[in-house]
Parts: sequence; C-alpha cells; structure tokens
Amino acid sequence: MTHGGGGRAMAVLIKDLFYRHLKNPVLDQAHDAAVFDIPPGRLVISTDAHVVSPLFFPGGDIGSLSVHGTLNDVAMAGAQPVSLTASFILEEGFPLADLERIVMSMAQASSQAGVPVVSGDTKVVEKGKGDGVFITTTGVGVLPEGVAISPGAAQAGQVVLLSGPIGDHGVAILSKRENLEFETEIRSDSAALHGLVENMISAVPDISVLRDPTRGGLATALNEIAHASGVGFVLQEKEIPVRPDVRAACELLGLDPLYVANEGKLICICEAADATRLLDIAHAHPLGREAARIGEVVEDGDRMVVMQTDFGGARVVDWLSGEQLPRIC
Amino acid sequence: SPNRLQVIWMGKRILVKGLVQGVGFRPFVWRLARELGVTGHVFNDGAGVQIEVYARSETLDTFLVRLKTECPILARIDLIDVSSCQNKSPPGLFRIIHSEDGHVSTGVVPDAATCPACLAEIMDPANRRYGHPFSNCTHCGPRLSILRHIPYDRASTTMSVFPMCSACRLEYENPADRRFHAQPIACPDCGPDIWYENTDRSISKRDPIKTAASNLKAGKILTIKGLGGFQIAVDAGNEKAIAELRKRKHRPDKPLALMARDLDQIRDYCRLNSDEATLLAGSAAPIVLLQKFGQNLAQNIADGQDSLGFMLPGTPLHHLLMAELQRPIVLTSGNLSDNPQEIGNEGARRQLAGIVDGFLMHDREIYNRLDDSVVRSDRAGPAVLRRARGLAPASIRLSPKLADAPRVLAMGGELKGSFCMLNGQDAVLSQHIGDLENAKTFADYKRMLKHYLELYRFEPEVIAVDCHPQYLSTVYGEQLADEQGADLVRVQHHHAHFAACLAEHSDTSGSIETVHGIILDGLGWGDDDTVWGGELLKGGFSGFERLGHFKPVPLPGGAAAIREPWRNLAAHLFDAFGPNYRDRLGGTQLSKAFAEMPVSVLDQMMLTGVNTPASSSAGRLFDAVAAALGICFHRQSFEGQAAMLLESLARSHVETQIAYPVTASLQPAVLLSFGEMWLELVTDLKRNIPIEQIAARFHLGLIDGLAKAVQLSGARPPETIVLSGGVFQNAILRDGVSRKLQRDGHNVLTHHIAPANDGGLALGQAVIAAAISTDVQVPILD
Ligand SMILES: [Fe+3]
Ligand SMILES: [Mg+2]
Ligand SMILES: [Zn+2]
Ligand SMILES: [Zn+2]
Repeated sequence: MTHGGGGRAMAVLIKDLFYRHLKNPVLDQAHDAAVFDIPPGRLVISTDAHVVSPLFFPGGDIGSLSVHGTLNDVAMAGAQPVSLTASFILEEGFPLADLERIVMSMAQASSQAGVPVVSGDTKVVEKGKGDGVFITTTGVGVLPEGVAISPGAAQAGQVVLLSGPIGDHGVAILSKRENLEFETEIRSDSAALHGLVENMISAVPDISVLRDPTRGGLATALNEIAHASGVGFVLQEKEIPVRPDVRAACELLGLDPLYVANEGKLICICEAADATRLLDIAHAHPLGREAARIGEVVEDGDRMVVMQTDFGGARVVDWLSGEQLPRIC
Repeated sequence: SPNRLQVIWMGKRILVKGLVQGVGFRPFVWRLARELGVTGHVFNDGAGVQIEVYARSETLDTFLVRLKTECPILARIDLIDVSSCQNKSPPGLFRIIHSEDGHVSTGVVPDAATCPACLAEIMDPANRRYGHPFSNCTHCGPRLSILRHIPYDRASTTMSVFPMCSACRLEYENPADRRFHAQPIACPDCGPDIWYENTDRSISKRDPIKTAASNLKAGKILTIKGLGGFQIAVDAGNEKAIAELRKRKHRPDKPLALMARDLDQIRDYCRLNSDEATLLAGSAAPIVLLQKFGQNLAQNIADGQDSLGFMLPGTPLHHLLMAELQRPIVLTSGNLSDNPQEIGNEGARRQLAGIVDGFLMHDREIYNRLDDSVVRSDRAGPAVLRRARGLAPASIRLSPKLADAPRVLAMGGELKGSFCMLNGQDAVLSQHIGDLENAKTFADYKRMLKHYLELYRFEPEVIAVDCHPQYLSTVYGEQLADEQGADLVRVQHHHAHFAACLAEHSDTSGSIETVHGIILDGLGWGDDDTVWGGELLKGGFSGFERLGHFKPVPLPGGAAAIREPWRNLAAHLFDAFGPNYRDRLGGTQLSKAFAEMPVSVLDQMMLTGVNTPASSSAGRLFDAVAAALGICFHRQSFEGQAAMLLESLARSHVETQIAYPVTASLQPAVLLSFGEMWLELVTDLKRNIPIEQIAARFHLGLIDGLAKAVQLSGARPPETIVLSGGVFQNAILRDGVSRKLQRDGHNVLTHHIAPANDGGLALGQAVIAAAISTDVQVPILD
C-alpha cells in the first residue's frame, strides 16, 4: 500500500472496500458529510481513538473493538446510539487482506448492533509512523427524556451492580500479545451494551451512574466515580464475578483482576430498592447473565474504594496511576 | 552582712529537657529539694521542667548531680541548662507551681509496665489495692494508650470518666506520695470495672480473672482487653486449642507471642541471657525473641522456628491473670485477618465473637491503639523489630546539626506504616500502625497522624514521602502537603533506611565526613525507576551515591513474587543458568516441584518482561534459596516467613560450614552476583547435603560477598558502615556482617531504637528531608 499520487489506484481500492462492507443508505449518499434523521431527544456524541496490539485477538479485533468501544461510551450516558463514523490511519505497507478482515469485522459489529457507519475517512502514513492501523470512531445517540445519568450522581446508600465477570479483555489481549499459553483460551468480552442499557433504563429511568470499566478496570472506574460523586464504595470480594480461568491467569501473571480492562461490561449505580429488578432484567439479557450486586455506595470524605475480603479484612482499592507496581517491602 | 550572704547562697535557674513531663519529675525534684534543704520552686512549661533553686554552692552541686543520677525511671534527661538567677532573697520553702498552660513540647511518654512497688501492692492482701487490675503510679501505667489530648492531666485521658475517691485524691495531691499527679490513679473504689463476658453478652457473676484463668486452663480461647488493644489468649500447652485459634483467626503459620508469669517460667522453655532478661523486665515489657531451649510448649506456636517470642505481664491485670496459671499463655493481637487490633468493647464483641469463647473486659477506654513491641538481642545489642507499646512515642535525639531544621512530617512506608515528626533535634516516631493496604489500618494511620499533630501542636513545614508513587502514604503525603502548603520531599527508600540507622547514632561524637551503608531489603523504589533491594550506598543525610547492588533478577508477577517463593527461585536459576535452567536440576526434588507448576508461562513472562520488573532485592534472594530447600516453595502466608525459616535452619550450622562463593565485581558499580553460588547449591542438592548445611553456607556466602563488596567499593578501614533494611532482622546476618566488617577494621552501626525494617523508614525520611531543607552538608556526625 502506498500513499500520495502514485497510490491513487490503491485509494480507490480502499474506498471500495469500505463501501462494499459497510454498505448502508446514508453511506451510499457518498457525501463528505452524512445527512440523516434522528429520533426526538437530546443528542449524545462520543469519540474514541482505538489503538490495540495485537490487532486480532480471541473474541475480536480492532474493527469490532472500535465499534463496541464508542457505542458503549454513548450507551453509558444512557443514550441509544443511532450512527457511527470511522476514521482510519493506515501505515504504509499494511496488508490489504488484514484491512479487509478488520472492515468486515467492523461491518458485522455495526450490523449486529443495529448502528450503521454513516461516514468515514482514511489516511495513509509513511512506514514507521503508525502501528499498522489506528481507528477513530464517533458515535451519535439520543437520550430519552427523564434520564440523567452522570458519574457525579452516585449517592450514599445506593448499590453497585456489575453486568458480568471482569478481566476477560485485558487478559485475552495480553496473552495473545505476549504469547502466553493458558490451559483454555481466554476471549475478550468485547460487545455493544446499548441493548442491555435500553432494557435497564426503560425499567428504571432514574439509574444514577452507568460506566464501562475499560482501561484500568473496575477499580479505576469506581475510583473515578467516587471522586466525581464525593462518595466512597464498599465492595464485597466474594460477589465480584471473575471467570476461574481469568482468575487463574491473573494470579499467575500477578495481576489484580480489579484493574484489568473490560470491553463488554457495565457498572450500574442505582437505588437499593431497584437493584433486584435491574438484576432480573440484566439476567434476561445475553450480556448480563452473570450480573451481580457487588457493593454499595457509602459516605466517605476521603472517597475511598474499599473491598471486604473473603476473610473479613478490608482492602484499599486505590487509584493507580499507570500499571501496578510491587509495593511490599 | 548582705554581701557575705550573697557569697554563700547561690540562686540558679535550671531548665531540664527531655522526657520529663508526666513521669513524676516535679515531685522528684520536690523531694530532692526538701531532702537537701534547698528552697525555690519547680514548674512545667513548653520548654521542659523549669527549676529555681537557692542553696549553698556545694549543696547545689549535690542537687545537680542527684537530679541526673536519681531521676525517675520513666524520665529521660536530654539536656540540663543551668544559669545564674538574679533573684533577691530566697524563699523559705520549695514548692511545686502548677502550670498554667501545659503545652507539652517535651514529649508524650510511652506506656510503662507495672513497677515493683505497684506489683507488691496488688499482691498484698493487706493493701487497699490488693487484686486491683488498674493500679499504677508515676513510675508505671498507661500513658499514650489513654491520651486524648494535652496538657497531660486526668481530664485529657480516658480516665476522666472515673472521679477520684478521697483516698486517691489525697495520694494524688501529696508530693511525697508515689502517686502525686499520677493521672491514671485508680483503686478498687474509684477505678474502672473488670468483668467476664460470654459471647452471648451475658456477664459472669464469678470473679472475672479467676473465671478467665479457669477457662484458659480448660482450653478455651479468650479475648483480654489489654493496654493498647484487645488480645486473644489461649493455653500455650494446648496444641488443639491453638490449632483452633489459628483456624478461626485465619492465621495458619505466623508465630504466636507468649506471655509468662516471670523470668523463671520463661527459663523453662528458652535460653535467657542478662540482656534479654533486662529487656523483658524493662518498662516497655516488649515481646523478646528467645532461643527455644528446655521444655516444649505446643509445637504449633512457632512451627519451624528455633525461637519463641515471650513477654512478661505489663499491667496489673496481666499479673493477676498469670498468677492464676501454671503455664505460659499464647497472647496474640485481637483482630480478624489483616485488620488492626480491636480497641473498642463493641468492636471487639462484633469482630471477635466468632474467634473467642469469652471476653475479659473492662471499661477503661483505649484511645490509641498500640500493638505489642517486638525486640531481639544479639551480640550487636538490642534490635527493635516492631516499635509500639512501651517504646513509642519516646523521642529520638538527633544531631545538633539539625537544631535549626524546619519541622518535618515523614509519612513512612506502606507495609509497616508509621510516621515521624522531626522538630529540631528531636524526632518522634509513631508506633507501628501496620499494613496501610488494609482499609481500617489506613484509616487508623490517618487518625493517628492527625492525633499526633494535635498532641504535639505540630505544623509541618516539610512533608517527606517515599519515592514509590503508589504507596498510600506517598499519595496521602502529597495530598497533605498540598492542603497545608508544606514542601514535599521525595526520599529514596534505601537512602531512608540508611539515614534511619545513621540518625540513631547521630547524637554521638565523631568526625566522619560520609559513611557507607549496606542496605539489605525486600523491595523499594529506586532512583532509576527500577526496583531496588540489596544496596551498597555511600553518603549522609543530604545525599547518597549507589556504590553497588545485587545483580538485578526478574521479579515475575511483581507482587505475586513476594507471596510465592518459587517464582524467585525460577528467576534466580534463569539468571544463573539461562532459559533452560530446569535441565540443570537433574533428578532433584526441585525438578519435580517445578514440573507441577505453570513454569512455561513464568518462563515466557521472564523472556518477554510481562509484569516482570528486574529487581536487586535481597529479600527475594532469601525467598529463592528457601524455595530451593523446599521451604515455602509455593507460597508464604506472612511476610518474611521463608527467610525466617531459612535463618532458623542455618543457625546451628553457621559455625561449622563453608561459605558459598558469592561474586563481587566492579562494572562499574560493585555488582554482587550469585551464579556461582547457585551452581554449587544445586550440586549440594543433587548430593543430598542436609538443607541445614545449605542454609548455613548461603548465609556465610552472603556475609563474605558483602565484605568483598565493601572492600571493592573503596571503603578503607576504619570506615563507618551502617547496616539497615528489613533483611537485617536476620540475626545471623546482622551479627555475621558486623563482626566480619569489624575484623576488617571498620566501625559498624546497627539499629537499636528504630526498626531496620520499613517501620524505621519514616525516621530516615525525616532526617533526610530536614537535612536537605537546611542545607546541612556533610559531615553529618560531629
Ligand atoms: Fe524497606
Ligand atoms: Mg471514550
Ligand atoms: Zn507503679
Ligand atoms: Zn480511689
């Protein structure tokens, strides 16, 4: 693949590849800007650049990830996404076959989610100036009336729900990248959560906080919420779902699953009285079958996240800058 | 004539500084003055104890001498400043003047074990305090544990809810009485109540102490409300009961402390020399680690260890209980899992009901949690392993060079949280608080920190933290510095260990420009953002150079390598023999042990560096060697377990074995590497050499290697060398390295006051921050 004038043919080829796989009426208008109708409500927009190594991993690839990641950011505002745009930065020499695989995966994720990619762009950079491919996606969504979800809305007395087991994505990526072979292959949980969110919100419109615990994991997401809301959290270790194979891999790697990334999980903070209903709804959805109530919001001027351990201890789940470093002397 | 009178009688103003308030110092001065016929007065103020005396000059000399030599046992005089007094005619009597403002800058006194006079009284059926569990006087009793705020008087303590009876009041107000101004004074009529409570909260009608004793004899597990926190007790001869306690407390292996009635009872089970006896019987009444010898107590008290931790009763309550028992008891902290020791009655009921069968309770509130202190003694003197009850918060006297230093608050480490306030020449190191990662401990640390700042009316100008960006103490220190507008100083971990040891000795004379230091430690954040641990440093308070270190070896899994010794063994063998290290193990047990572990993933982690920082740790080397001998191969259940077992194994063989080769080379820093050692160690394993001998050879090899490293680093005798870091809790190592370096002509300094482990870190951070902020350049010792 080349760029500039000499690569005109290639540019056409790439354009064709996108149109072919991501085909939908708005994209087919072939304007520089997409024009489409939106349902009534407030507009929500979110953009996210996706950089991942390796590009292909068990349970997904950068294509599906770039769709899910942005859809989830829109969904965590309580909104229903209606369309996506995508911008690709390709490194010169990137195999066309790999690109096609990524675009196909993106197309599949988009059609599964029911959210079309309505506009896109591609740039090619010199070899060595990129890392294969970077994808930036932007999602547009609509927020129903009466929904006011925000990371600053958690209140003492409320409870914390988690939609399923944590750590899958981070461990899957790391194992693939570093060639670590575990007994069973660990797959990323990458998935679009707006369907689950829609069900939850229509049952309980006054959910306070929704958050997808992506990079930095559950621990980081909860610390951010604790800070934004000026509250503390008390979690119950035994209630936090972690798949046995993920737990075993984390133990061996010396990683704390609380800090490992997820791409298809959400945290929901709601009134205690709504917890059972929301859990029932989650359990009925394919992405929330293992949803659990993992803790509660408490008053705490120090805004700490604390986890009650299985033996009655209580651990500070602190806000780490960067990766976990060994602390014990 | 008036002139002649002035020649014979002299007026002097005396200021006494040190630990001189709340220890019966003023009544002591009063009694001494009365005895010598000296007139004048004494009072406390912010600077210390102020005395004005009028006497003949020779009487005054006697007064000054006896002021020093006969001062109360809990007092410590740091300085006596005498100046001439311009007063007119001397008063006819000597009086104690009550302080208007009790502003205490001279320090809070540690809690002290029951003195012989009080002990005799509670054991004397004719005494009105016979059998009273809360008796105390100015020479003994609770201090920091019950102190809410200053000035230190009864109203400031948790004794404020017990109005004194008239008999106690008379003693309290009589300067000639041992209980003059003994703030926690109590008697059966007016003191706290004691009772025996069942787990269903019903209260036994029988004598509480006798009930507790008979239940202990029957193998029951009890909670006892001690001086600084709740304790859990069980008969030390009852293996089954101890096993049950371990199960209920989730404490599978960690050695348990013991309490004996008296020194003689300890001699039934341990060797006891005079230094150890002095430590045991001292006012701090710490746990003292002693070599097992003679009769056996239950095996599961300290399985695999060659020592036991004994303490003597430190309160009347403990004396009365032990007097009812024929054997020692296990006496461990009253907590669940990793939580801090309980101090409140209600908390203890809630948290400990599932662990114990009954409670020996009382209603004197514990305000400040104080764990039991732990001390060991060897040829190099006493070594404090945990500095808490009875030792903290006695101030530590520092170099006069620091007299003008700004006020520093040092935040300490992470696993053995404690903090330090430095004010000029005095450093107050808090008691051991514990592992800050435990939320309750961290909350306690913050509460205690605020409490100390209030007690000492201390406003820090500088806040010192460890360089580790993720220590909770670092993050909290950053926040405090921000809130209080204090300067923040980041101190490298091993420099802090180095300085802590040096600080202990900085008040003594000498004229040394810079000193060397061997810091043997677990893990600490290095200046180069790698993980350090076995370090050879040179410098002073205001700076250091890294002259050498252990060869960095992978730490596969980061913190997981701390818990699982086999990882460190794999890492060391990988480093010594390359990626195919397991082929070198032949048919050893080790080879089989590795075969059952997920070593291929571990190897891949080391090859690719996934969560595998390199570390020059000394602690992990001990873990690796222990694992090679099959000790804690898979996991250690408490910090230092593998190293402690390794030390115990080696002890009786260090005199007879030959050191393993440990290589010291210059490239360009001194590098201590262990490849040759592993080669020989693995050969020994293949030849089925007893593991005790291998353990001894390892210790000796390390001692030799360190001596070589010191030589290679350019240290020319007599060089002053400090030894610090948690690994120096190992007595074989501390003693061996000290003696080896001394034989080479060096002057060796070891820890006696602050722990060599991270419990002493805050002291080092404080002096470094003070020195940096005052531009105190070397020489640091003068
Ligand atoms: Fe350390
Ligand atoms: Mg985003
Ligand atoms: Zn006494
Ligand atoms: Zn009384």
